[in-house]
Amino acid sequence: MTHSDYDSYRPPEPPRRRRRGGPKGGRRRGGGGDGAREQPMVPDAEFTSYYDRPIVKPPPWENPIGVYLFLGGLAGGSAMLAAGAELTGNEVLRRNSRLSALGAVGLGAVALVADLGRPERFLNMLRTIKLSSPMSIGSWILSGFSAFAGVAAVAEVDRMTKARLPLGPLRPLLRFVETPAGVAAGLFGPPLAAYTAVLLSDTANPTWNDAREHLPFVFVSSASLAAGGLGMITTPVADAGPARALAVIGSASELVASELMERTMDPVAAEPLHHGAPGKMLKWSKWLAAAGGLGALIGGRNRTVAVLSGVSLLTASALTRFGVLHAGLHAAEDPRYTIVPQKNRLAKRREAGVIDDSITTAG
Amino acid sequence: MQITEPAHPGRKGFFTDTSICIGCKACEVACKEWNRNPADSDWKLSDSSYDNTTHLGADTWRHVAFIEQGKEKIEQARESGRRLVSLGMPTRAVPQEDLSGVDTTPPDTPDFRWLMSSDVCKHCTHAGCLDVCPTGALFRTEFGTVVVQADVCNGCGTCVAGCPFGVIERRKDGLVQPKTNRDFTAGEQAPTPHVGVAQKCTLCYDRLVDGQTPACAQTCPTTSIKFGDHDDLAEQARERVRELHAKGLTEARLYGANPNDGVGGTGSIFLLLDEPEVYGLPPDPRVPTADLPRMFNRASLAAAGMIAGVVLAFLTGGRRR
Repeated sequence: MTHSDYDSYRPPEPPRRRRRGGPKGGRRRGGGGDGAREQPMVPDAEFTSYYDRPIVKPPPWENPIGVYLFLGGLAGGSAMLAAGAELTGNEVLRRNSRLSALGAVGLGAVALVADLGRPERFLNMLRTIKLSSPMSIGSWILSGFSAFAGVAAVAEVDRMTKARLPLGPLRPLLRFVETPAGVAAGLFGPPLAAYTAVLLSDTANPTWNDAREHLPFVFVSSASLAAGGLGMITTPVADAGPARALAVIGSASELVASELMERTMDPVAAEPLHHGAPGKMLKWSKWLAAAGGLGALIGGRNRTVAVLSGVSLLTASALTRFGVLHAGLHAAEDPRYTIVPQKNRLAKRREAGVIDDSITTAG
Repeated sequence: MQITEPAHPGRKGFFTDTSICIGCKACEVACKEWNRNPADSDWKLSDSSYDNTTHLGADTWRHVAFIEQGKEKIEQARESGRRLVSLGMPTRAVPQEDLSGVDTTPPDTPDFRWLMSSDVCKHCTHAGCLDVCPTGALFRTEFGTVVVQADVCNGCGTCVAGCPFGVIERRKDGLVQPKTNRDFTAGEQAPTPHVGVAQKCTLCYDRLVDGQTPACAQTCPTTSIKFGDHDDLAEQARERVRELHAKGLTEARLYGANPNDGVGGTGSIFLLLDEPEVYGLPPDPRVPTADLPRMFNRASLAAAGMIAGVVLAFLTGGRRR
């Protein structure tokens, strides 16, 4: 279209960047090897964007956060195994699980602090209790969990070193509080495993937010199978029965929960879970969870199979967390995932006769 | 002891009338200068009209968007605005006369137009960033605005994900400076303040407490950016839309003036001449914490399920050997 006589002197305009069809739009049909095979069939929705620029921003959460999501769940599950082992008199599993819980939560907390913009201010997380902030509640859950898991693990270390820790008069006290602390850590375990799902979902991120109905179930399942897997690695088969059972239960529920999650999400908002690196991670996590669960169920009494299944389960859990994390980060990079679901839900409400809640008004 | 409440100044806000924005970017410059925000450019052209700022962020609290549209796009915008009017909300804004017969040719640009819009933090009624901040660094001021306390924020980044408009961001460039060194010498590059913490528009909180106008509004040469009491501005905005509709410019619409929307209305109201996503604004933003009770219930259910799973594991696998 020419607007003036002088326009013919202009250099030709470069074609406008279009993500759709490009490597990042993830709308290639067939081929490409980016998980297109599992892609839900969604009608091509036309949408306008501002030079294909993203609308929402991805949080500055990088791989340390993925590590924390994994280790936090692992710690929570391990503390539950330890509490159960304590109550059923399984000493080896209790010892190993208590040590695993403290190790995992310790490393996880380091990863969490490392990702802060001002790590020296990490204690500011505890300057208030804010019910509207999953990060605030999570920090308190993490602190409570760490304290109890720490006491239980120190008692275990003291016993392993034949009472050589320089505890002095505190030793009887430690023996006295050991069991309550272990059980309390076990009770803090489920919230520790579940709150991270709320942390991700309580955002404007199109994928995480739309996964809010089922993401907690995916995360607690992933935590359970990871804790079961680690128990199978650390504990001889004779004492690892509950860990095996937890691994089987965890993998079964993880497969069901993630399938439910993907099916109930808006098809466009769910796309990042199927595409690119996150899609691959989540696909592999399912296979590994299934393999590890089956291994635990069928061959868990063989030490070698138990260890291999355990490794497979731990990897599956880590891949689930990294997959979900990166799917959300990717979803924030493409305006399509923000605009299309929002336009659709607005249109749906208007069709249903709700016309008073749009941010855009005629006056 | 008697506590005397200071007189409440009431909610302040912006009304950005994009129909009279000329894209001079004076607001961007004034904002950067007043707030001592660091340069954020790599001095490259972005291939998107005259917009080389590209987006709001930690170092950019005003961003002027440039959109070039031909006849077809103008028609589409006008049509979508007409549909909005025909939805009949809110009723008092519907122009009395039938618009279909009106000559809709805008005064001087029949088949080409620029859209220019100065974007800014929305200072939402229900602010996602404020809700999810774990440290209390973000707070609601006496002016109804949302501001970060840079010395409290630990840079966790939750607010970045919580904002439905992609406004707030964690500052990452530059060097950490002790407070005493913060000032700068004229002609030299100023040191970057507040690195590693979340940063966004404060509606010039430091100016408001002294009874001043925010820098961007004060510098705006066309009064496209208006500052004032939120309710007055909302009324002014509705009046302006009525005026434009009466001229046949049905593409005019308001963004953020509806207290029933997903964020409870915004402190910064915009008059747009096309769909919000054309300007890079979300078409149906919703504060994520609106669903938090539901999410809490689901997570509790999941946690209970996890306990049940462990109990089941010990019941089935608990026997030794």
